[in-house]
Amino acid sequence: MIDRKQVLHVARLARLRLDDEEVERMSAELSSILDHVETMAELDIEGVEPTSRVVDAENVMRADDVAASLPRDAALANAPDPASGSFRVPSPQA
Amino acid sequence: MPESPDYEPVIGLEIHIQLQTETKMFCGCKLEFGAEPNTHTCPVCLGHPGALPMTNEQAVEYAIRVGLALGCEIAPRSIFHRKNYFYPDNPKAYQISQYDIPICSGGRLGDVRIHRAHLEEDAAKLTHVGESGRIHGSDASLVDFNRGGTPLIEIVTEPDIHDPAEAREWLTLLRETIRQLGVSDVNMEEGSLRADGNVSIRPVGSKELGVKTELKNMNSFRFLERGIAAEIERQKAIVASGGRVEQETLHFDPASGSLTSLRSKEEAHDYRYFPEPDLLPLAPSPEHVEEVRASLPELPAERRVRYESELGLSPDAAKLLAYDAALASFYEEAVAAEPDVDPIVVANWVTGELVAASREAGFEHPAETKADAAGVGAVARMVDGKEISRGSGRELLAELVANGGDPAEVSERLGLTSDDGDDLAAIVAAAIEAQPDAAAKVKAGEGKAIGAIIGVVMRETKGRADGGEATRLIREQLGL
Amino acid sequence: MSDVRDLSVAAGLAAIEARDLAAAEWADAYAGLPDELGAYLWRPDEPIGGEEGPLGGVPVAVKDIFCIEDVPTTAGSRILENYLPPYTATAVERLLGAGASVLGKTNMDEFAMGSSNENSAYGDVRNPWDTDRVPGGSSGGSAAAVAGGLAPCALGTDTGGSIRQPAAFCGVVGLKPTYGSISRSGMIAFASSLDQCGPFTRTVADAALLLRVMQGADPRDTTSTGIAAGVEMPSREDLSGVRVGVPRELASEAEGMEDGVREVMERTIALCESLGATVAETSLPNARYGISAYYVIAPAEASANLARYDGVRFGERVAAEGLDDMYELTRAAGFGPEVKRRIMLGTYALSSGYYDAYYGRAQRVRTLIARDFENAFADHDVLLTPTSPTVAFPLGSRTDDPLAMYMADYCTVPMSLAGVPAISIPGGLAAAPDGGPELPVGVQLVGPAFGETALLDAAHALESAIGFDTNAAWRGGADA
Ligand SMILES: [Mg+2]
Ligand SMILES: [Zn+2]
Repeated sequence: MIDRKQVLHVARLARLRLDDEEVERMSAELSSILDHVETMAELDIEGVEPTSRVVDAENVMRADDVAASLPRDAALANAPDPASGSFRVPSPQA
Repeated sequence: MPESPDYEPVIGLEIHIQLQTETKMFCGCKLEFGAEPNTHTCPVCLGHPGALPMTNEQAVEYAIRVGLALGCEIAPRSIFHRKNYFYPDNPKAYQISQYDIPICSGGRLGDVRIHRAHLEEDAAKLTHVGESGRIHGSDASLVDFNRGGTPLIEIVTEPDIHDPAEAREWLTLLRETIRQLGVSDVNMEEGSLRADGNVSIRPVGSKELGVKTELKNMNSFRFLERGIAAEIERQKAIVASGGRVEQETLHFDPASGSLTSLRSKEEAHDYRYFPEPDLLPLAPSPEHVEEVRASLPELPAERRVRYESELGLSPDAAKLLAYDAALASFYEEAVAAEPDVDPIVVANWVTGELVAASREAGFEHPAETKADAAGVGAVARMVDGKEISRGSGRELLAELVANGGDPAEVSERLGLTSDDGDDLAAIVAAAIEAQPDAAAKVKAGEGKAIGAIIGVVMRETKGRADGGEATRLIREQLGL
Repeated sequence: MSDVRDLSVAAGLAAIEARDLAAAEWADAYAGLPDELGAYLWRPDEPIGGEEGPLGGVPVAVKDIFCIEDVPTTAGSRILENYLPPYTATAVERLLGAGASVLGKTNMDEFAMGSSNENSAYGDVRNPWDTDRVPGGSSGGSAAAVAGGLAPCALGTDTGGSIRQPAAFCGVVGLKPTYGSISRSGMIAFASSLDQCGPFTRTVADAALLLRVMQGADPRDTTSTGIAAGVEMPSREDLSGVRVGVPRELASEAEGMEDGVREVMERTIALCESLGATVAETSLPNARYGISAYYVIAPAEASANLARYDGVRFGERVAAEGLDDMYELTRAAGFGPEVKRRIMLGTYALSSGYYDAYYGRAQRVRTLIARDFENAFADHDVLLTPTSPTVAFPLGSRTDDPLAMYMADYCTVPMSLAGVPAISIPGGLAAAPDGGPELPVGVQLVGPAFGETALLDAAHALESAIGFDTNAAWRGGADA
């Protein structure tokens, strides 16, 4: 069971503003999904290695060669608030 | 009043070093300090949808070099993790870093053990600009992603340091070591070396660690030392007044000497690390690691040991030379040029007279003066072999530092060679003859009387005679 | 030829080769068709591309999850409403390079999260067999476009069934290749360790044609390894000597399997035997935990992948005075309910104290499931299952029950977790339990990693024997 307080904590970590109704619904829905997910607990996973990727390769790297960067206009083309050749944001210090 | 126990500081350092590759850690954008904002970006380092990281093999190679130089174990297989947090300088809202399996672990540099060293990507540059255009009256910041994605190696020490000066000195050793590896320009002003300190105190004799605070980004060696010192004092004051040190992150303001708490309103961090699915493991072969090891230059810590054990230098002189690559190679060249002169004598000239003369003449570094290493070696030989006095040697060195030249010719030109060993003996003999009373008093044990004879020697040699040598000759000729 | 729109990719290429069709006419036959299904989100005035090459003139619809430079790309999300990517996805680039032309961008569940295409910020997609029903998801627009006569082929992505399940619901062929076969560069990430690009086509041979062009290692995606041996065009006429395994957990014992689906499965098994295959029941003992593992791993990766939509560098922003307000309001307004639900689920599963119980455990269950497949492939050449336990369900019928919606992926998720290739082909028609017209049922064939050639060969032989008319829906079921 995920309670309201946990929902708010997780929403804060994920930077999602939820209204009261969403918090209620999220609490119920996440709880029921997690109930199902917890059926995994039946399995004996002792000594089983985790799989975080299925590709069986290592050391795939690139040479340290310069590739073309985007022209600055293109880099800033999608910016919600471009200013002085940069991306402007509300100050984190405010 | 009961006496309060003595407290011992316990200091660990976390150092971020930018690796000097051509391109970023995970994309081909060129690294260039001071370029126009956002001119070196691409979908990868801007975190655009669908863009994927590609590991720079040169950065991995550099990390292995650093790890080996610090005596670390190179992991046969290490992986990247995502470290999740929101901040405008972190374009994907996760930093690709290493977590439970770093590329380098264990190790030691000088007297400090290394806990680990791992690869990660740097954040972008955030500049506070005051009022924003859109929302009137509110503060804004500008983000420049040129620096974002620069390869970093983060080195974490064990808490083996117990005083701020030692922290500074160790960091100097680390910087020299990294510089000599050729993997970074380790410039604190430009931010290519950044140090955080973890500081706690504990009663002397205790083995337990106290609650530590983290001092962020002290941007010079001096500030690092002062910041740590200030934090130790702060913690001691808290404990002395019966309080408890709280775990927090602090910023040291070198102007006021004060420490302010960062992120006080932010809730505890939860970085939600998990293995980066977009990248495959790094698995350098043992052969490759050995190849890299074989290619390492002699590093300051080893060199210091060699200077002490093979050349017989004092610990201080050995350190002074070994931690400064340019001075060390200058010194070794001077020693090589004068195989018959004791390396200790040459070391004294290099670390003493040369350093002083170059400072006097306004040079940045002793190895950058007009004097070459063979010349300084020759000065040491000439003085050591009593061809010229110590004072003349100094004068000769000052001339070489300022204008260069061949030491023999220069000393001839300046008339410094006239007081060679035999001449001085003759001058001393004449002086004793000229001052029979004084000579008698000296013989009778009245040591001060020797001044009159030395006065004559100095007058005759225009002050170039080596006072110590003159004293020795007077006593010798008087049969003392 | 009655209608250009009847042509499969292979038939169209043959017609161009025989000069019965001009390359440009092919795309023109699709341009400007009314889109009553809501399959497309964007169509250009003129098809993009269409040069010479092995796919010269082939019109293809592209799921709106693939970036195309300067072409609106939303991933079905409000947060990317006005986004114009600065680069093109490798898969699309390779199709364009082979001469294909892009007809438009197809509708999808927001960020590929969904099994019904009801999670698009831009409206539902309708199933061409019954417009009151869902087309499946998340690549619903691509499936509907191919089945609805709006494109001869389309690109989709499959993370837990997002190609195979809509292909089954719409009565077309949908291939999820081995993980790593086709570059993910430029394909907007949902769950990086599971996401795989693949084609929707009307025939198995067409799927092979597209796969052959798109697959192969890409320096922009280090997890794209390519298929060493390449993929051969399928040519098998029968299944003699092929060992077909039917995993009971995903067939006879599958939860919630409809009778109509069961009947199609039985007919398919009989067909396989009549084609010379040996069919035997087998077991994937851990497959029934697939949904549990998947709904931890995929949301966890998604929570990090979707953190970059923060209103800083691209995408929609809700203006606010404080940085955190800007983040939280931007993301609250930009994401739909299913995306929020999965971000929450994934963030929770990775958060401090829960990692081991959820993410860590799910990764280990994934290992068990991958081993199940390895074991099964020791005794069988291909596995046969229904693609979905049900036929297409009515719009709105599951939107209030996320868990019921997730169960639609029951038969497709295990292959995604194991990374093995799987293809859904139409097995026949069946009545829906709630009445209405007969609907397509998909059967899924699964092969070992990088076993595409044999898998496509088997699917091709079976497809010929089944004789399903993939053009039936848009032609009004005339030949069905
Ligand atoms: Mg770090
Ligand atoms: Zn870049």
